[in-house]
Amino acid sequence: MTAASPVPARNLRWAALTALFRRDIVVTGRELWAFLAQVLLQPLATLFIFGRVLPGIGMASPQYARILMPGILVLTIVLTALQSTAMPLVIDFGWTKEIEDRLLAPLPVAWVALEKVLFAAARGMVAGAMMIGLGIVVVGAHSVSLTAANLGAVAAYAVLAALVGGSVGLTLGTLVQPQQLNMMFALILTPMLFTGCTQYPWASLNHLRWFQLLTLLNPITYASEGMRAVMMPGLNHLNAVYVLPALGAAIAGFGWIGMRGFARRAVG
Amino acid sequence: MSAPSDTAADRAAEPAIPAIVVESLVKRYPHRPTNAVDGISFTVAYGEVFGLLGPNGAGKSTTIGVLTTRVRPTAGHVWVAGVNALRRPVDAKRWIAVVPQANNLDRSLTARQNLLFHAAYHGIGGRQAAQRADSLLRQFGLEDRAADRVDRYSGGMAQRLMIARALMHEPRVLFLDEPTTGLDPQARLFVWDQLRRLNAHGLSLVLTTHDMREAEELCHRVAIVDHGRMLALGSPDELKRMAPGENTLSLAVRLDSAQTGAQPEGLLARLRELPGITGAEREDAVASAEGGTAGPPRGQASPPAPEADPGRVVFRLYGEGDPLLVGAAARVVSDAGFDLVDIRRGRVTLEDVFIHLTGRGLR
Ligand SMILES: Nc1ncnc2c1ncn2[C@@H]1O[C@H](COP(=O)(O)OP(=O)(O)O)[C@@H](O)[C@H]1O
Ligand SMILES: [Mg+2]
Repeated sequence: MTAASPVPARNLRWAALTALFRRDIVVTGRELWAFLAQVLLQPLATLFIFGRVLPGIGMASPQYARILMPGILVLTIVLTALQSTAMPLVIDFGWTKEIEDRLLAPLPVAWVALEKVLFAAARGMVAGAMMIGLGIVVVGAHSVSLTAANLGAVAAYAVLAALVGGSVGLTLGTLVQPQQLNMMFALILTPMLFTGCTQYPWASLNHLRWFQLLTLLNPITYASEGMRAVMMPGLNHLNAVYVLPALGAAIAGFGWIGMRGFARRAVG
Repeated sequence: MSAPSDTAADRAAEPAIPAIVVESLVKRYPHRPTNAVDGISFTVAYGEVFGLLGPNGAGKSTTIGVLTTRVRPTAGHVWVAGVNALRRPVDAKRWIAVVPQANNLDRSLTARQNLLFHAAYHGIGGRQAAQRADSLLRQFGLEDRAADRVDRYSGGMAQRLMIARALMHEPRVLFLDEPTTGLDPQARLFVWDQLRRLNAHGLSLVLTTHDMREAEELCHRVAIVDHGRMLALGSPDELKRMAPGENTLSLAVRLDSAQTGAQPEGLLARLRELPGITGAEREDAVASAEGGTAGPPRGQASPPAPEADPGRVVFRLYGEGDPLLVGAAARVVSDAGFDLVDIRRGRVTLEDVFIHLTGRGLR
C-alpha cells in the first residue's frame, strides 16, 4: 500500500494540471452542441437583427454590420469565458462539491483556479472563432473586416477579451451563492451586455456624456474598442494607450480578487 | 512527545513514524463564538483503524478537514505520512485520500471516468490506471454500471465508488467522514467488510462516526469527541472500562398515580443499594440536556423525539459479573410506588461511555 508515486513531485503538479485540462476538454466535448447553442444563439440573433434585418429594411445604415461585428465578437468571447468560470464554480462550491476531488490533487489550489480561467478563456476563443464563421454567413465576408493584415491583432484582442471574461467569471463564481444565480444574470450580466460599447463605438457617445463615462466602468468597453480599432481603423476609437492598460488592469484586478475568493472557498 | 520532523534525514532515522500526528489542534471559524476544534492531539500508527466518535457538531469533519488540507487551522500542528500538512499541503495530498461525508463525485463523468481522472490528477495514467480502475470497479461490485453517468447512482453505489476512487492512487492513509451514514443496513455491512479488507492489506484508516456500533466494529482505537474536545481515547474495550460496570440495566418508570409522595431520587438511592450494582444514573435528565452546537444532521432524518411524558423517568444501572437482577430491580421499583414501563438489559457500549462522560446521548 505504500507504492511510491511513479512521478517525481515537481512533475506531478504538471501532470495534475494537464489532467485538469483533459477533464474539462472531455466534459466540454461531450456537451459540445449544447455549449455552442448556449453561447452562440444570442449573439447570432443580435447580429442577424441589427446587422442584416434592420439595414435590409432601411432602419439602419448598411455600414452598421461592420461596426457591430467586432463588438459581437468580443461580447461572445467575454460572456462565454465568463460563464465558463462563473457557472461551474457557483454550482461546485455552493452545491455539488464536485471540485473537491480536484482540490485534493497534488497541486496548489491556486493552480486549480488558474486552470479554470485558462480553460474558460480557451472556450471563449473557440466561441469567437465560430462567431467569425457565422458572421461571414449572416452579414457577409465584406462586413467581417478580417484580413491577413489584422489577423494577429484580432487574435491578440480575442485573447485579452477571453482572459477578462475568465477572470471576471472567477470573481463572480467565488462570490455568488447558488440561490443568487438569477440575480447575477439580471443585475450583472445584462448591464454588462449593454454598456460594453459592443453595439456602438465609444466616440459616438460624445453627446451622451454621462453614459459614455458609465461605459468606462465596463471592461468589455475596452475590449470592444480595441477590437473595433484593429478591424475598422477608419473610425474614431478609444486610444490603445488607454485600452491596453485597462484590459491588463481588469485581468489583473479581477484575477486577483477571484484567486483570493477561490482560495477562501477552497480552504475553509 | 517529540513530533517527527519532515526532513528526509529524520524520516530515515526514525523508521516507525506515525501515519498521523495531530498536536493541540484548534479551529475557530470566522464569526463563531466558540472553537469548532478546541485543542485536540492524537497519533495514528500505520496500519491502524482510528475513529473519531462524537455527536453532530462535535468537530469531527473539521478535524478531518484540517488533516486533509481543506481547512486551515487556527492553531496547532499536523503531520501526515511524515509531511507537515500545513506547510507542505501539496506534498501531503500525495499520500492521502478522502471519502467525504456528502457525495462529491464528478457528475459530468461516468463512474469509470471518475476513477481514471482521479488517477490522472495524481499522475497515474495509461494501462496502469485502466487496470486498477477495472479491478476496483469489480471489487466494489460496480462493473456493470461502470459506463453510467454517476448522477444515476444510488447513495450506496456512490459511496462505494467514492471509496474505489480514493484507492486509485494507492494512498497511505484513507480518511472517511461518516462512511455509512444514510446507508441501508446491507450497504453498510458491505462497506464495513471492504474497510476491514483494506486495513488487512495494510492501509491506515481514519474515520468519523456518530454510530457507536461502527466505532466498535471497525476501530482499533477510538477518540470520543464532544464540543471540539477529546474526552477519552483508547481501544473500544479500554473505553468501555470507563463505565461504572460492564453490564447495564435500563429501567423506564412512571410515578404510580395512586402514590403521590414517591420521589425519583429516593428510588435511585434504593436501586443503588441492590446487590452487584456498581453505578446508577438517572438518564432522562441528562438526555434532555441541550447539545448546544449540534446542527441539524445532514443527509439523514433526525431520530424520533422521545415521547413527551413528564411522569416518565429512566434509570440506568451498572453492574459487574453476572447479569443484573431484573426481578429484584422490578420489586424495588414497585415498592417505591412507581410503575415499571420498560426494562432493558445489556452490555456496556461506547454510547454508555459517552453518556457517562457527557450526560448526553450520541444523537
Ligand atoms: N464552514 C463552517 N463555517 C462555520 N462554522 C462551521 C463550518 N463548518 C462547521 N462549522 C461549525 O463547527 C462545528 C463543528 O462542525 P463539524 O466539524 O462539521 O462537526 P461534526 O463533523 O462532528 O458534525 C459545528 O458547530 C459547526 O456548526
Ligand atoms: Mg461531520
